[in-house]
Amino acid sequence: MMKKRMLILEDGTIFEGIAFGSDEASIGETVFTTGMTGYQETISNPSGAGQIIVMTYPLIGNYGINRDDYESIEPAASGVVVRELADEPSNFRSGMTLCELLTMKGIPGIQGIDTRKLTRLLRDKGALKGILTAAGEEVNVQETVAHVASYNLPTDLVARVSTQKPYPSPGRGERIILIDYGLKHGILRELNDRDCDVIVVPYNTSTKEILSLSPDGIVLSNGPGNPMDVEGTVEVIKELLGKAPIFGIGLGHQLFALACGARTVKLKNSHMGGNHPVKDLTTGRTELTSQCHGYAVDEQSLAGTDLEVTHKALNDGSVEGVKSTKYEAFSVQFHPEASPGPEDSKHLFDRFMDVIKTSSRKGNFNA
Amino acid sequence: MPKRTDIETILVIGSGPIVIGQAAEFDYAGTQACLSLKEEGYRVILINSNPATIMTDTEIADKVYIEPITLEFVSRIIRKERPDALLPTMGGQTGLNMAIELDESGILKELGIEILGTKLDAIHKAEDRDLFRTLMNELGEPVPDSDIIHNLEEAHAFVERIGYPVIVRPAFTLGGTGGGMCYNDADLEEIVTSGLKYSPATQCLLEKSIAGYKEIEYEVMRDSADNAIVVCNMENVDAVGIHTGDSIVAAPSQTMTDRENQMLRNVSLKIIRALGIEGGCNVQLALDPYSFDYFIIEVNPRVSRSSALASKATGYPIAKLAAKIAVGMTLDEMMNPVTGTTYACFEPSLDYIVTKIPRWPFDKFESAKRNLGTQMKATGEVMAIGRTFEESILKAVRSLETGQFGLSLKNGSTMTDEWIEKRIRRAGDERLFFIGEAFRRGATVETIHEWSQIDAFFLRKFQKIVQFELVLKGNPFDYETLRTAKRMGFSDVTVAELWSTDERAIYDWRKEHGLIPVYKKVDTCAGEFESDTPYFYGTYEDENESIRTEKKSVIVLGSGPIRIGQGVEFDYATVHSVWAIQEAGYEAIIINNNPETVSTDFSISDKLYFEPLTIEDVMHIVDLEQPEGVIVQFGGQTAINLAAGLEARGVKILGTSLEDIDRAENRNKFESALREIGIPQPLGKTAVSVPEAVAIANEIGYPVLVRPSYVLGGRAMEIVYHEEELLYYMEHAVEASPDHPVLVDRYLTGTEIEVDGICDGENVLIPGIMEHIERAGVHSGDSIAVFPPQNLSASQMETIADYTTRLAKGLGIVGLLNIQFVISEGQVYVIEVNPRSSRTVPFLSKITSIPMANIATKAILGQSIIEQGYKNGLAPAPSGVYVKVPVFSFAKLRRVDITLGPEMKSTGEVMGKDTTLEKALYKGLVAAGMEIKEYGSVIMTVSDKDKEEMVSIAKRFTDIGYRILATGGTASVLENAGIRVRTIGKIGSEGPTLLDVIQKGEAQIVINTLTKGKQPERDGFRIRRESVENGIPCFTSLDTADAMLRVIESMTFQTEEMGKVGETI
Repeated sequence: MMKKRMLILEDGTIFEGIAFGSDEASIGETVFTTGMTGYQETISNPSGAGQIIVMTYPLIGNYGINRDDYESIEPAASGVVVRELADEPSNFRSGMTLCELLTMKGIPGIQGIDTRKLTRLLRDKGALKGILTAAGEEVNVQETVAHVASYNLPTDLVARVSTQKPYPSPGRGERIILIDYGLKHGILRELNDRDCDVIVVPYNTSTKEILSLSPDGIVLSNGPGNPMDVEGTVEVIKELLGKAPIFGIGLGHQLFALACGARTVKLKNSHMGGNHPVKDLTTGRTELTSQCHGYAVDEQSLAGTDLEVTHKALNDGSVEGVKSTKYEAFSVQFHPEASPGPEDSKHLFDRFMDVIKTSSRKGNFNA
Repeated sequence: MPKRTDIETILVIGSGPIVIGQAAEFDYAGTQACLSLKEEGYRVILINSNPATIMTDTEIADKVYIEPITLEFVSRIIRKERPDALLPTMGGQTGLNMAIELDESGILKELGIEILGTKLDAIHKAEDRDLFRTLMNELGEPVPDSDIIHNLEEAHAFVERIGYPVIVRPAFTLGGTGGGMCYNDADLEEIVTSGLKYSPATQCLLEKSIAGYKEIEYEVMRDSADNAIVVCNMENVDAVGIHTGDSIVAAPSQTMTDRENQMLRNVSLKIIRALGIEGGCNVQLALDPYSFDYFIIEVNPRVSRSSALASKATGYPIAKLAAKIAVGMTLDEMMNPVTGTTYACFEPSLDYIVTKIPRWPFDKFESAKRNLGTQMKATGEVMAIGRTFEESILKAVRSLETGQFGLSLKNGSTMTDEWIEKRIRRAGDERLFFIGEAFRRGATVETIHEWSQIDAFFLRKFQKIVQFELVLKGNPFDYETLRTAKRMGFSDVTVAELWSTDERAIYDWRKEHGLIPVYKKVDTCAGEFESDTPYFYGTYEDENESIRTEKKSVIVLGSGPIRIGQGVEFDYATVHSVWAIQEAGYEAIIINNNPETVSTDFSISDKLYFEPLTIEDVMHIVDLEQPEGVIVQFGGQTAINLAAGLEARGVKILGTSLEDIDRAENRNKFESALREIGIPQPLGKTAVSVPEAVAIANEIGYPVLVRPSYVLGGRAMEIVYHEEELLYYMEHAVEASPDHPVLVDRYLTGTEIEVDGICDGENVLIPGIMEHIERAGVHSGDSIAVFPPQNLSASQMETIADYTTRLAKGLGIVGLLNIQFVISEGQVYVIEVNPRSSRTVPFLSKITSIPMANIATKAILGQSIIEQGYKNGLAPAPSGVYVKVPVFSFAKLRRVDITLGPEMKSTGEVMGKDTTLEKALYKGLVAAGMEIKEYGSVIMTVSDKDKEEMVSIAKRFTDIGYRILATGGTASVLENAGIRVRTIGKIGSEGPTLLDVIQKGEAQIVINTLTKGKQPERDGFRIRRESVENGIPCFTSLDTADAMLRVIESMTFQTEEMGKVGETI
């Protein structure tokens, strides 16, 4: 029997649909993503921690869930909203259905609603807090709206999704310290592809500990939420500047910019999806990028810092990448590791490798 | 990069006539390209031989040439116009091949003309199989094991190495002409032989079959700054092995993970970059369903049918932007025309599912092989948009206008299991419906997958549709059940059948219960950005985005998929009607479902509804928009057929009233109308039984024209000369009964005349009269039409104008009408009146500069012809002679008899214009693809009734130096008339037969009028097919042969001996 479920938003809008996944209620920030493929990666992306993710493509689950395409071991999304869930996937790698995954991971889903209406609402109003009610339960709508509206979004998302302990992902090449703010496996995959000797460390690892691992380069990973909420890390990054080449991605980019004296702002409309054009000002070429962010570096705040803009979103002109004029350090807001989405910008990892190879810092630790 | 300023004038080459594999999509692309270049301030010169196109309107380019797309004529135009550059990628394969020919001829280099956009070496690399494979090897991209072969021996050698099955793909041909799948030696020999003949380079690619792989397409674009994007990817529902033009296609892809998608996206972008394409490109790939293995199938370095589909599926106008890229602009500086606020360097995101189903001509060509393979056979296609796959596919099914509303077949329940299995295993046009029937009988997804290799994802969707029929049946008038059904795309027709009621009852019940669709926007971005683009599709969701405006509106119904008998000319009229409605101050709303056309370009109308053309789907839009009325007369028979249903639901039909439409179309009413008006028509009566038909025929005299009264457009129409033939027809072709009467008319041999007129209720404007080269009996669409008439007396012209005026007024026409007359023994008879736009409207409009659809629309909206500045009666003819020559696609359709008759067979047309009839005919025939040789051999095999007439034709052929080849009977008639003939053997006789002569290419022309009996084994049929297979012009009407002869005669000088003394000449 199909159980009903509601998505109730802080502005009082209600969507009634069919429950799938976990039967539990769940609250979070409702955002949409326009990617037509890649739901497994999106749901398992730790940057989506605490979010109720609306898929604008109406058929989700077609190719099932496979063992390979996770971006984290524990998906941390708060909920999944689709127009229609495929219950019988078709793909040679499919090992289970999306519904099975969500049930297993305690994530509720809702299907059968007008996701385009919801998307347009979120577009006009910006991300809204929302709740997915427990499956099959009768709810007092008014009370629930009040509850959602007064709910404070968690500020400890990075702490929740970051690794608790350092762990290695060995290679024979450059030693990379990868600071995990909510790391996507895709970043690790790219570094491993380049034979990097990676050590992943928790978000709150101290400068001393990091430097004791003798990095050739440091990667600041992506992660969820507002960069201002991540306590202590900005100071660590400040201390790391100049100690080894740095490459920031997503939240890592925002934290890097903060460390360099810039500010971040919340975007009215999050960038989520795999079709965002970004102009690389250094090459003049526009690349299609994978994005997943609700905050951005404020361009005006760059004045007086050592940062210059290297990448800009073609459509809204927002800052998509910066580099330090003082240190061997750069960062991008989008996801060069793709997973999901276009892989046009994977070469940025090569750019980082080149920076390391030509770095004056290289080899200092081994001396 | 800003646009180039070093070029001013650009020549655009169109794609010529509509043929299978090259249809209206190039009118759409060419129109967009020309307008786009003009928008940037360039002077655009256009050449296209096809008058039935929007792109050849003089508003679209600065100069329009409707001339043959041949080296001879294009070179002439180039010398005259001296363009700075040439844009060859908008005219399909025709445009590309022409550009290559021009380049090879040296004229481009001589005059310093640059090729814009994709360069010729890139075109060569993409199109030449050898070069392409070399490039793929360089890139490390896999292509199926294959070999280029130039003869049969090489083909056999390849198969010995690789084994069957193999695919044959001839190089440089349209829609895979001459290609196919070979399972054994016999297939190989047949297909390779014909493939080599069709390939201008006499080469074929033999390829290891990868049938069963998923077929995936990427539509990619690249600019000169090396920005490259994917506009859309598409997944063929049918696995590899069926031409993508003949496949059911879904967009976006449905069964690929992001990893597979990105892998293939990367490959596609790598290829477009390696080729250096500047513009649009289509990459077809095959993906193993069980691994990441893939192969590149082919690359089209130009806009294509797929790019038209991708443009309509996403809203992203590929051709428009490709044209701007060609003049140096880059994707990151151009705006996305749909949102207007974001950039074109962007990959559209869809929040709906698009499906395309091809429309095949097998309803017209019952004898044709219905199997589908690597050679395209569809004439057109429909597209549908839905929020579920089920909704999308069912909307597409009912858009086809084949009378099907669900996944079921007529008499499906009476078929054997074996038959159903066979029709699923061997792909054909009806496979989707056979699959539905198999599911209805309980077949499993696994079984059907094994039979069809269609992905289980799609099969489960089909199965769900069929299974839900039972749920519906068990829950009559249950709201939730019906809501689910509507969200799955079920039509009211299907629901009504299952609930044993009528369609109207379901419609009313739904309205009462508020179960109506909403309309959502196609915005390229899945709602992420705001968009003002008025491009909508209907679906059963909560939020409606199509808001009715304050302005008064008019709905125009389009003509649906391109098919034989209803081609791009109706789209032409539809678009002009839309423009006229806007000029008259109304909001113009269009409903159509053909992704190839200009009318479904969202920038044409004020609102575009991409929806099926059924009563239900149209009514929903009428309910929402509350228009002043609906115009049906421009959308061909598709729209006319909806008039009655719409009016019954209270919709105002604008223009000629439903009652008057019926008076023109209903046989009995038409007859009495003619009697009232006092205009003669050939004698005829309606028979409801075989004896009655015989009696009528005897009464009026043979030959008689017989046809079922319930079928329009010449289907199953035949001329019979004897009782024996009549009996055969009555027993085999039709089933006469009181419900299905058969019309028996006196067949008048004579000149056929066609007229189009416009009536505002009081005044009648006749833009022109056309005379057909072929005598009455050949469908008007298949006849060569000449303007102005060459053989009519002034009084006959007056009579025709007078009859036209009286018919228009007498039948209450408001808008357009088309009339066919026959002049027999000096007397003018009316054969048929069509109360709507016709095939000749664009032709006449272009010749006379009288915008017929525009005037008609304004007349419909209440502005009289006089107020519009035109006069009553026949308009004065412009100077020059104009011919409309039909173009056929017989090479693509095996086993179809090419004989011209009352049933239409042509797929397109070209125009030839010049100062004399002969010159115009020359151009028309050449533009239609006929090779006119000044000397050679002609094979003549004609029926007894034609023998007398044949003698004079044969005489004229010998006079210009042609050798006559004929079989026994014909030969002796000619010899007796003193004509030198070489006798050749009949089919089946000893020694070289006429088939050998044809196969060896020893004849340049075939004249064959042995037509009776439609059995393929008949000799005449084999001769005609053999001519088609070997690319030799074959005339089945002596009139066409005579026209051809006149052209050759006019091309050559006379060589007559001197008269002897005393002889008078």
